[in-house]
Amino acid sequence: MARKAKTVVVSNRDGLHLRPAHAFVKLASQFDADISVTKNGETIDGKSILSILTLAATRGAELEIVASGGDADAALEALAELVENGFLDEETEESKI
Amino acid sequence: MKFQEFVSVGAIRAALDSHTKEDVVTELVGALVEAGSINPDQQSDIVKAIMKREELGSTGIGRGVAVPHTKHPSVQRLVGTVGVSVEGVDFESLDREKVQLFFLLVSPPDRPGDHLRALENITRQLRDDTLCRFLKQSKTAADIQQLLEEADNNQFVS
Repeated sequence: MARKAKTVVVSNRDGLHLRPAHAFVKLASQFDADISVTKNGETIDGKSILSILTLAATRGAELEIVASGGDADAALEALAELVENGFLDEETEESKI
Repeated sequence: MKFQEFVSVGAIRAALDSHTKEDVVTELVGALVEAGSINPDQQSDIVKAIMKREELGSTGIGRGVAVPHTKHPSVQRLVGTVGVSVEGVDFESLDREKVQLFFLLVSPPDRPGDHLRALENITRQLRDDTLCRFLKQSKTAADIQQLLEEADNNQFVS
C-alpha cells in the first residue's frame, strides 16, 4: 500500500482560510487515497473542510501531507502543487468602498 | 481566538426571521449595526461584500453551519455575531443541507490571522455534537451567549 508524504509551506497571504481549504478538499476528494494533513503535530483528515479549518494555517505554516492508497503518488503531487501555488488564491479586493 | 474576543454580544440573534441567504446576511449585519459594532453608513456595503463572497462559493460548510464573512476597511478589529434559524435556510451548502447556525464575521483587511483564528475556534468547538445541537436549539440570545462562554471555558472540549 503506497504511502507518500511531503511537507509544504502555505504561501498565500491570507493562509488556509475557507476558499483555499475548500479547493484543497475538493481536489483531495477526487483521489481514492486517504489524505491526512499534519501541522505542529496535529493530524487531521485532508478531505474534511471542517477539519482543515481547525488548523488555522497562516502564511508560512508547514504542513505535512500524507497520502495512502492506490493513487497516493498522483494525489500527493496534485495537492502539494496546489499548496505551493498558493491555492490560486489571488488577493481579491472583496470590499472596496 | 475565543468567542468572547470577537462575538458582539448585543448582535447575537436567536430565532432569525429570515428565510433566504441574503435576508439572513442583512439581518445579521443589521444586528451588528444595532450593537454598535459596525458603522451604519457601511451597512449596505458590507452586506454586498458578503454576498459577493458567497458567489465565489458558499460559506455553508456543512453540519447546518455557515460562516458568511468579508474583510472591510471600516473595522479596526474582527467583529462577529451568531444567529440561529429554527427552520433552517437554504445556503447552497457544501453538503446541501439547510443551515441553522450562522457565524457572520467582518474583519480588517490587513489581519488575515484573526479571521483564521476565528474560523479555527468555530470549527474546533463545533466538532462537539452537543454544543452544535444546543446552539441550534437555543431560544434566546442569552442562551447562545451562555453556550459560547461555556465553550470558551473548554466545557465542550473534544
